Amino acid sequence: MALRTLFTKKALTRASGLGPLGAAAGDRGLGSGLGQARGLTAASLPDLPYDYGALEPAISGEIMRLHHQRHHQAYVTNYNNALEQLEAAVAKGDAPAVVRLQGAIKFNGGGHINHSIFWNNLKPEGGGEPPHSALGWAIDTDFGSLEALVQKMNAEGAALQGSGWVWLALDKGSKKLSVETTANQDPLVTKGLHMVPLLGIDVWEHAYYLQYKNVRPDYLKNIWDVINWKYASEVYEKETA
Amino acid sequence: MAMALPLAYASSVVHPFEAGRLSFSTKATKHKKQIYQFRKVTKVLAYYGLTNPPYKLDALEPYMSRRTLELHWGNIHRGYVDSLNKQLANSPLYGCTMEELIKTTFNNGNPLPEYNNAAEVWNHDFFWESMQPNGGRLPWGGVLDQIEKDFGSFSNFRDEFVHSAMMLFGSGWVWLVLKTNERRLSIVRTSNALCPLVWGDIPIISLDMWEHAYYLDYKDDVSKYVNNFMDHLISWHSATARMVRTEAFVNLGEPKIPVA
Repeated sequence: MALRTLFTKKALTRASGLGPLGAAAGDRGLGSGLGQARGLTAASLPDLPYDYGALEPAISGEIMRLHHQRHHQAYVTNYNNALEQLEAAVAKGDAPAVVRLQGAIKFNGGGHINHSIFWNNLKPEGGGEPPHSALGWAIDTDFGSLEALVQKMNAEGAALQGSGWVWLALDKGSKKLSVETTANQDPLVTKGLHMVPLLGIDVWEHAYYLQYKNVRPDYLKNIWDVINWKYASEVYEKETA
Repeated sequence: MAMALPLAYASSVVHPFEAGRLSFSTKATKHKKQIYQFRKVTKVLAYYGLTNPPYKLDALEPYMSRRTLELHWGNIHRGYVDSLNKQLANSPLYGCTMEELIKTTFNNGNPLPEYNNAAEVWNHDFFWESMQPNGGRLPWGGVLDQIEKDFGSFSNFRDEFVHSAMMLFGSGWVWLVLKTNERRLSIVRTSNALCPLVWGDIPIISLDMWEHAYYLDYKDDVSKYVNNFMDHLISWHSATARMVRTEAFVNLGEPKIPVA
């Protein structure tokens, strides 16, 4: 599943060759017993494909650095901890503990998933190039125009109360695009099992407060300058092939 | 009321008294008409206002900066007040007290659109008053007694409060409330704009855990923010006043009536 590759991709590329997963876990010193016993690889923080300051002036370097090194890293760390505790609870047959950990797994795991997608959704320098071919046509069909889509995402993003994400989603079943929002760190899949995220915009305050203060609409307006339509098109074409 | 005029006068002559009265009343009528028109045009409406925090905006430094308060109170809190007033301009909900409005618009879990603004206005008012310059440290008297009774010790309460704040996923608030049914203090964590008033509980202290409350000062170091709140900002004076008021509504224990 696409989601699992997000977890394991970095692990596989970082491990020396394609040794047994137990060795891969051991390389990073992360619960090697855990890795060997069940072949569960711990999540790790993906690198950004660009410098922290590369998205200015849309998103400041300070925000990118904190967002990646502190917030995303915290989600990864806490997710791994929760998984380890889950392992132990499952092994002991401690059902209440298993259930109690679901909240932390959903939140931290969701945070890891969402932010991993988000870094790919952004691209410096001319990232605002509009989508072409298949995705472009699909947008025109389902929303009328690119401007209409942008307006809808901005409106829903601004209206979202509290923390969450606004997504351009593809329904794999019906092949239709839609704009969805999720609360807190809920991944898009919580809105529908067939939903695939093409673009996600983080509207948690940590994503913009230092630069835009409480004016979330300005952040939403400017982020379109650095949106990576190429990535969205690739995902769209892969899922609709 | 009209004097019976001789027929000869009826149509052609206006009695001087009547004439005088007529001219006087014409002026008065014109004046009255003006007033009534004035009244018709300006209907007097009352709106919720933005109350000031009970201290200057830089009084909570260095634990909460003036800049944070300028934005948090001046922009965000003010924004909620303005939005609420706009929503209520033509609404049947106009005219409630804030607490009534919150309970009504919460609508037993299916909140009406006004709920978010109303609750956030109240929550922030409550939050400013839950803090004071030179705050923190320990409560005293009845509040301390009640905390020790319900949590075992003050440090248990403090640990539980901090832990609850750290475990909040997303935006929300952490509250020390008096639960009216259980008649004891409790720590409650709510998401987004949810306020314990809607359950009939009585809040004593609140902490804003939305990122905008601490991000400028602490970035992602939530633990430092919460600990600074407990050690330097929390207003036990406010808590005491609120507990005193609460005791008018909730019977917290048997009074010690001396035996004669």
